[in-house]
Amino acid sequence: MEPTVFAQQLINGISLGSLYGLIAIGYTMVYGILRLINFAHGDVMMMGCFFAFYGIMMFSLPWWASFIIALVLTGLLGVLIDRGAYRPVRNAPRISALITAIGVSFLLENAGLVVFGGRQKAFYRPEIFSEVHTIGGVRFLELLIWVPIITLLILAVILFIIYKTKVGRAMRCISHDMETTRLMGVDVNRVIAITFAVGSVAAAAGGIMWAMRYPQINPLMGIIPGLKAFVAAVLGGIGNVAGAMIGGLLLGLAEILLVAIRPDLSGYRDAIAFAILILILIFRPTGLMGEKLPE
Amino acid sequence: MRKLFICFVALSLVFCFAGPTFAAKGTVKIGVYLPMTGPVAAYGQMEWAGVQTANKIMPTVLGKKVELFLVDTKSDKIEAANAVDRLIKKNKVHAIIGEAISGNTLAGGPIADKAKIPMVSPTATNPLVTQNREYVFRVCFIDPFQGEMAAKYAAEKLGAKKAAILVDIAQDYCVGLANFFAKSFIKHGGKVVATAYCQTLDQDFTAQLSSIMAAKPDVLYMPNYYTEVALACKQAAELGLNVPVFTADGAQAPELITIGGKDVEGIIFTGHFAKEAAATELAKKYIDAYEKDTGKEASAFDALGADAYFVLMDAITRAKSVKGDKIRAALASTKNFKAVSGIINIGEDGNAIKSLVLLNVKDGQFRYLATLNP
Repeated sequence: MEPTVFAQQLINGISLGSLYGLIAIGYTMVYGILRLINFAHGDVMMMGCFFAFYGIMMFSLPWWASFIIALVLTGLLGVLIDRGAYRPVRNAPRISALITAIGVSFLLENAGLVVFGGRQKAFYRPEIFSEVHTIGGVRFLELLIWVPIITLLILAVILFIIYKTKVGRAMRCISHDMETTRLMGVDVNRVIAITFAVGSVAAAAGGIMWAMRYPQINPLMGIIPGLKAFVAAVLGGIGNVAGAMIGGLLLGLAEILLVAIRPDLSGYRDAIAFAILILILIFRPTGLMGEKLPE
Repeated sequence: MRKLFICFVALSLVFCFAGPTFAAKGTVKIGVYLPMTGPVAAYGQMEWAGVQTANKIMPTVLGKKVELFLVDTKSDKIEAANAVDRLIKKNKVHAIIGEAISGNTLAGGPIADKAKIPMVSPTATNPLVTQNREYVFRVCFIDPFQGEMAAKYAAEKLGAKKAAILVDIAQDYCVGLANFFAKSFIKHGGKVVATAYCQTLDQDFTAQLSSIMAAKPDVLYMPNYYTEVALACKQAAELGLNVPVFTADGAQAPELITIGGKDVEGIIFTGHFAKEAAATELAKKYIDAYEKDTGKEASAFDALGADAYFVLMDAITRAKSVKGDKIRAALASTKNFKAVSGIINIGEDGNAIKSLVLLNVKDGQFRYLATLNP
């Protein structure tokens, strides 16, 4: 492979991987605090994209205003999902919450099909993100520069909330022992609602970046990125916010480089992602950056 | 209150059972199974609109009302097989229209064939769809013809010597068509310098396109469905892959242009139908009715949906019966039927023998270039 082609493929991989990482952050954060694998994360992301889409198309808002409103609405949706679906099973065995999450995922997908319709819609990509830069024969989109910036910003905000605020302290307590936290007089339901709000805002941000990169949205668009983000989160150590970012990058690079080196195997791309998931679960269940499980 | 409720339940039960009995006596039931949601929803929704318009133009056959039953296949093979089963067993349909894509028709076809219920697919172009399926027909051309015409055009008119192919390996249609193109292109003196694979629902094609770019082709052939083609064209433009893009009938959905924007300008494809080339009496009638009904411009997929309906009605009229074997025999002997998309003859294997049109995208519109005959 020529060096420029290889460099281009590396950029392609980073571009895809940073999107996986961005979506994985919200996934892993909710897991880290609640020990709940929120399978509806990808579908919450889809809802975020549609909010942004309708903000631009129906209400003719400027794109940035529409994106901000979409983030807020998706955050509220997260709270609503928690109130309606997860809170009633809060004290049930963990498997019930997991199954509920799958139910929420199907609900959002099918509600989306009814309300938004099954046909693909073109997502608006602002001109400033569409510019193509060329450095030494390697080409990339302006958007690519922004994805890591947005990701780091969200990462910083989430880490700040978790480690520097009172709500964050409560979140960390809940992740250790929900019952005791409740006994200490913390309004557990409120803290969990905030957790879902933050996680959903992160999902929406990831979704909007995704939709700008691949400007096509439909009610089933969240499934594949959601699964890939899950793999990225597990790869990085589920529950570890910074690990999700690194897991995403590695996954993106692995997928792209497989296709780059063996184009004839490109049909096995998704298989690679899920093979990585299986291998990680067998050999290092806590992921690359996960903490050791307590005895 | 309670009595009222019981009365209500009893009444609704009566209607429940009475409904189908009334219907069974006086109507011809046509099942329609199409992808109304999912990755190829555009085809299903356009074809359904076409079938409905055709039904308005010709609401009765043999003096009976034609009743349509629609089942969504969610663009999925398993759902498609279930849909056919349901139409036959539950709705007891006399004939079936569908599916829009080859993979799903390959899944649904055998079930209709076994039940001896005739099926007409509007746009499943893979040759295997009708092979060894006595009861499965189609009103479109098949892929060996389409691949040959594309290869010939690429080699002769575009002067391409080296072709690259990006093919969706999850779809029978795409795999088949890519092979037919490659074979014909080599026959016309060209060389296939790169073949890369993707799957339906893939959104990132940068790795494949970068590899293709390194092989320096003169033309890129992408016989995939519209979303994948649109996204791949966008990424090709971003990567600086400036070669003519050739694709096939699957491209002719408005989404190609809304998603692809300026990056799909200039792409060429082989298609079923262009409004500008419509010649038959029925086509004029249909285009007027469709555009009045939907407010949208008539295009290939809706026209083919209508053709499946008209060809089926013509067969039922000639068969003078709604029995499966009678309709089948009449369908198989369809000759010179002046349909919306041109003149249809049903030939060997239940395939339609007809011409194709060449189109491109210009100024955000599909533009008719030429008609190519078999």
